[in-house]
Amino acid sequence: MTASGNPELFAYETQRFRSRWMERLMRSLTGVFAYFSIIITVGITLIFVYECFAFFRALAAEGVSWTQIFTETEWTPLFAPPKFGVIVVVMGTLMTTIIAMIVALPVGLLSAIFLSEYAPPALRAVLKPTLEILAGVPTVVYGFFALLVITPILQQIVPGGDEVVAGLNALSAGFVMGIMIIPLVASLSEDAIYAVPNLLREGSYAVGATKFETTMSVVLPSALSGIVSAFILAVSRAVGETMIVSLAAGQSPILNFNPLDSVMTITAFIVQVSLGDTPTNSLAFYTIFFAGFLLFLMTLILNVLADWFVRRYRLIY
Amino acid sequence: MTTAISPSEVNFRSNYDRRKVATNIFMVVAFLATIFGLFFLGLLLYDLLKQGLPYVSWRFVTTFPSRNPADAGVLSALVGSIWLMCLIPIFAFPLGIGAAIFMEEYADRDLWYNRILEINISNLAGVPSIIYGLLGLELYVRVLEPITKGRTLLAGALTLSTLVLPVVIISSREAIRAVPREIREAAYAVGCTKWQSIWYHVLPMAFAGILTGTILALSRAIGETAPLITLGALTFIAFLPPWPVTTSVNEEGLVIIEKVSAGVASFVEALQTPFTALPIQVFNWASRPQAEFHAVSAAGIIVLLLLLVAMNSAAVLLRARFQVRK
Repeated sequence: MTASGNPELFAYETQRFRSRWMERLMRSLTGVFAYFSIIITVGITLIFVYECFAFFRALAAEGVSWTQIFTETEWTPLFAPPKFGVIVVVMGTLMTTIIAMIVALPVGLLSAIFLSEYAPPALRAVLKPTLEILAGVPTVVYGFFALLVITPILQQIVPGGDEVVAGLNALSAGFVMGIMIIPLVASLSEDAIYAVPNLLREGSYAVGATKFETTMSVVLPSALSGIVSAFILAVSRAVGETMIVSLAAGQSPILNFNPLDSVMTITAFIVQVSLGDTPTNSLAFYTIFFAGFLLFLMTLILNVLADWFVRRYRLIY
Repeated sequence: MTTAISPSEVNFRSNYDRRKVATNIFMVVAFLATIFGLFFLGLLLYDLLKQGLPYVSWRFVTTFPSRNPADAGVLSALVGSIWLMCLIPIFAFPLGIGAAIFMEEYADRDLWYNRILEINISNLAGVPSIIYGLLGLELYVRVLEPITKGRTLLAGALTLSTLVLPVVIISSREAIRAVPREIREAAYAVGCTKWQSIWYHVLPMAFAGILTGTILALSRAIGETAPLITLGALTFIAFLPPWPVTTSVNEEGLVIIEKVSAGVASFVEALQTPFTALPIQVFNWASRPQAEFHAVSAAGIIVLLLLLVAMNSAAVLLRARFQVRK
């Protein structure tokens, strides 16, 4: 008997045929959607490689030796003659990042310890979401805060006032960046601390340790891999942060080690060029892709390192 | 028999007080660290309200930017941000949720290419936003110029969609993973195909979680400044996209509606108009030297934060509305 002979069976077969095709269609469609993210990564990489080649070709056309990138101590791609001392922007990025980490790492870790080990549940239920608000504030708002609130305060409290503290300086940008990163460090470290089994804490109390001693010699060492990974991700976040540094840290093209003075970060440079009328396919235009590639590589290495750390040193209970 | 305390116990007792004090001091320090950030959040809000509130008015949200701080408004920036807010979900949500379904339901995680997919997405989530701006500048502004017409709303929306895509995928995956296995197995037991179990059972149950995660991703996109600046979004825009109405400015500087233009042609034209957005406008005002513009910038930030609070409340409300008991 064929399916067409029986109307009910025919309807069933049609339905089955349709759902099978739907199954295949949706499986392929969602698969294409998922693999689209690979295209993004490949796209970013190709664009950077292509534009960096263009950058080095343009350098040669201008008669600038590529070794200048490592030997020069000024970064003025927009001036004539252009100078490409990449050390200037790398140092600027490093300085704001270090200042941010001095704020974010201890404060974030202490917050994580307080929230997971000491805070009563009711207090924790209030503090944790409030702390998350800090992470939801747009970075441009933090830039405003650094430039127009923190810098004037610094100029009042640092002896010497605005003669010592420049209107645009690395300290206020780095400090505010640190505040922005606190929730990231706190929530990732708290996850790591929370994963330490209670048995370890109770064992420590049983041999007579106080809560502080337990935290320091049992909980933190057990959560170390997660905490280090949180710290590395925090560094990566600070390196890529753009709006705070472009508003508050300035665009100084000279190598500078004074945190109270203006510095230029990689990201601030890209913003500076993007805001101006830089013609496409000019040397300055290629430079932002060169700077972007540098930034991409730095954050990629940090992210991979954080991931490796958490896998390599994870203690399994 | 003596009840004298042994020397070691004396040692322990005196030591114990010190150790107890150390615990208490540490607790106070840790508490202060926790409220350290909140203190600065309070300071920020106080300063914003003090500077910006006098400038926030109906006129401020209904006029265009101006060279004169007293006349400056955020209309074009607010409309730009709302356009982005409506366009980003069109691109990012189907793509992100589809990818999440594939990775959670279909992909065999033992295959090397699916593992690469996972690593790739977690790495993309860690790429700085300005890098997406450079990607958008090259891909959407230059390569796709015949479609996007350069630095337009469409190019901006595509760039921000690319930026939030990894976040949408990660949060949707978490929501889908939270649906119990038994639901899927019950669906198979009555003869569902995999897709039918996903469409009729898994997605409705995961809906609240997916929605919350995606709205939070969207609110992140609305606050992003760096990729739009890199893209070359303009800061001085004194017109609106010509959809659903065409507008012009009268002699008093007020925006008036000329005619309704809700057709497909004017929609496409609107997608291809240059634009600005709230964070860019705020950045522009804050970076000017005049103190009056700083106050205008604070007023712009208040409008931006109100928009974000509205979106986050919507996420909370929708979550409560669609929450399915598991």
